[in-house]
Amino acid sequence: MNQQDQPAYPERREFLLKAAAVGVGATTAAVPLLAGLATLTDPLRRKAGSSGPAFVTTLDALPADGTPRRFAIIADRSDAWNKYPNVPIGAVYLRRLEGDKVVALNVTCPHAGCPVEYRAGANLFLCPCHDSRFDLDGHLASINSPSQRGMDALEVEIRDGAVWVKFQNFEAGKAAKIPLT
Amino acid sequence: MKRLLVWVDDRTGVKKLVHEALYENVPGGARWRYVWGSTLTFALAIQFITGIFLWMSYSPSSQTAWESVYFIQHEMSGGWLLRGIHHFTADAMTVLLVLHLMQVLIDGAYKAPRELNFLFGLALLFLVLGLSLTGYLLPWDQKGYWATKVATSIAAIFPGIGPEIQKLIIGGSEYGHHTLTRFFALHAGVLPAMVIGLLVGHIYLFRRFGLTAKEPLTRPDAAFWPEQVLKDAVACLAVLAAVLVLTLRHHGAELTAPADPSENYAAARPEWYFLFLFQFLKYQEVLFGWLPGNPEVWAAFILPGLIILLVCAMPFFGRWRLGHRFNVGFAFALVLAVGLLTWRAKVDDRQNPNYVVAAKQAERDAERAVQLAKGPAGIPTAGALTLLRNDAFTQGPKLFARHCASCHRYDGHNGLGDLPTAAVKIQTNDTLASIAKSHNMTEDQLRSFNKLGADSLLPGHSLEVFAAPAAADLKGFASREWLSGLLDPSRVDTSHYFGATKFADGKMVKFVKKDVAGFSPEQKEQLKKVIAALSAEAQLKSQHEADKRDTTLIEEGRTLLAGNEAMRCSECHQFRNKAEDPTGPDLTGYGSREWLLGIITNPKHERFYGRRNDRMPAFGADSILNAQAVGLVVDWLRGEWYEPATRTEVAAQH
Repeated sequence: MNQQDQPAYPERREFLLKAAAVGVGATTAAVPLLAGLATLTDPLRRKAGSSGPAFVTTLDALPADGTPRRFAIIADRSDAWNKYPNVPIGAVYLRRLEGDKVVALNVTCPHAGCPVEYRAGANLFLCPCHDSRFDLDGHLASINSPSQRGMDALEVEIRDGAVWVKFQNFEAGKAAKIPLT
Repeated sequence: MKRLLVWVDDRTGVKKLVHEALYENVPGGARWRYVWGSTLTFALAIQFITGIFLWMSYSPSSQTAWESVYFIQHEMSGGWLLRGIHHFTADAMTVLLVLHLMQVLIDGAYKAPRELNFLFGLALLFLVLGLSLTGYLLPWDQKGYWATKVATSIAAIFPGIGPEIQKLIIGGSEYGHHTLTRFFALHAGVLPAMVIGLLVGHIYLFRRFGLTAKEPLTRPDAAFWPEQVLKDAVACLAVLAAVLVLTLRHHGAELTAPADPSENYAAARPEWYFLFLFQFLKYQEVLFGWLPGNPEVWAAFILPGLIILLVCAMPFFGRWRLGHRFNVGFAFALVLAVGLLTWRAKVDDRQNPNYVVAAKQAERDAERAVQLAKGPAGIPTAGALTLLRNDAFTQGPKLFARHCASCHRYDGHNGLGDLPTAAVKIQTNDTLASIAKSHNMTEDQLRSFNKLGADSLLPGHSLEVFAAPAAADLKGFASREWLSGLLDPSRVDTSHYFGATKFADGKMVKFVKKDVAGFSPEQKEQLKKVIAALSAEAQLKSQHEADKRDTTLIEEGRTLLAGNEAMRCSECHQFRNKAEDPTGPDLTGYGSREWLLGIITNPKHERFYGRRNDRMPAFGADSILNAQAVGLVVDWLRGEWYEPATRTEVAAQH
């Protein structure tokens, strides 16, 4: 017997049945999916931990001639459930300028996130990944550099001869310097 | 859009497939009794969806499994809901499997030509149970760890190759990283793939032979779509609703304390649907003791194996009317037996005081583990277990119960809320009531402790009773309240203080009972100052405010302590200076962390009891406890442990 040729119900009832079946079916399928999506998108609702200034070194440790020197930033890092007290969370180049002014540059290349290297001979910063070049102030040194902006300068505070840096990372690949949150 | 559909259909034939799926003939029209298979498929779909999302946040290693599940449960948004749905759907699947199986048996849907499909279904049943078993371990909490350990130990008694099987399953001779990676691969890879394969076969065979209609058919045949689909969908919704209700009620699935191989977990039980097996194994001696070989092999392998074989053979007996009746009867008997065993297991646990205490303790540890994980220090890389191991609140009572409670009490109990027991010999004229009374028990407690019948007291036999304390109760040790009791003539010689020790008629007790009892109102005031001063030596967290407030009182008290004719402390005790021949413990720093560490390490030291020491062991000096353990007991006695800021405190800080 073939039921399609002789519908058991009037059309209206048939439609309601179909609508109900689809509705109830969709609802039941949606619940576990939504619970999963809520958890999946959890990182979007989490802010990156922003920390205050961290002590990096003393002013005396920086060459007076403005040669950059690389320092690790030591701070507390958290990774999902783990907390790591006092571990390197990044690195900076520090340069001492005239009048005991200190410039701090995040070592991370603003192009694609590789750590930038200081080349003493050429007196510039070179990114080993895609050859972005920056001068000692962190500005783009070559128009062929794929990076859209110069190296990211960080806020520096000098307290009684100690150098404190407010360490931050920024979105890579963009012309604007936007802090990661 | 239509053209696209035509294009896809030309290349796939999807239209015909959908048509075939939806217009399956349902003999006699849609009925509620046909929904079970669909609800199971739906439940399985939930498990796949929620399982994959859980997978994205789960980390299988013995230092990250509990931690990642904790993070899902307590930190990630919606994580508890996701986990709860996954957990309770697993429960629901077990119930639905039984319902589906019973339905198939009752309706005769397992008979020729559907024998093979019945076997497919049975295989699916075991795969789903395998998924439950493997999933139970993954959070790496105490409950899952110990329950699974019991299960894999049973595998080890399999004749001949048991130990090798066990080693293969757990990835070594001890539980560890590889146990988790193996169980996870089984749980999320191997078993689900097998389930999909078998389920495709199961549904294919089901479609090949069609629905087994339950006679009599009262209505004309109809297509699967839409009415049966609606009924199926409503049934699935009901399953989901039940799962959600359970999830909300329990706020997701339980997560007990992180697995600790060194800490036996007396409350370990398998999931409720395996409880019947657990209970059944308790009767192995009675049931199989008379048979050759290991009764456990009979109980865990031979009998279950025979039952499974019998169930597999059901379609073949089912051809005969009597065979079918036997099958249905046997299935009902099996369900009944499983139900009875499960119920018995629950009742046994509820009546077992050890289990009740262990379960309570487990709950306390679970709560504490989460509290510490949420604390400012977070979870160290070594894992959350180290948090509990270094926590005075967790370890203090356990250490106290194990090492101190044979003599001391804490608020009347052993630190864990339980009472230590001892054995007494029954005398000729003892009655249940007299024994109970003399040991501060109720008759019911005495009966359940000793599994006594109505009145079966045989003189000469021994009974388990609550042990009497043999030393002071240390709750609030060195606090003003505790010291006031010690210096109270009516209490000093009770078992709460010196009553049960050899100092019961010592100098201190005599002093309190004679001198203090005769104190003038003025001297009583002085005594209060002495108490405040002595208690301040302990620098207790609970008295921080009072100590700060009463500085003058305490200062006066110190002078009295150091030497006063009426108070007479310095006649036996040192306080801040060297006495000629002190006979009592030094009161300098009395009750402080350092003082307590000292007396527990070695009470025989001349600073404390010297050679007058009663029975107290030198826990540190004789290497009974290491320095860390002594520290944990001391911190716990002093009430020094991490406590999360309350909501009002947090609000005040911001």
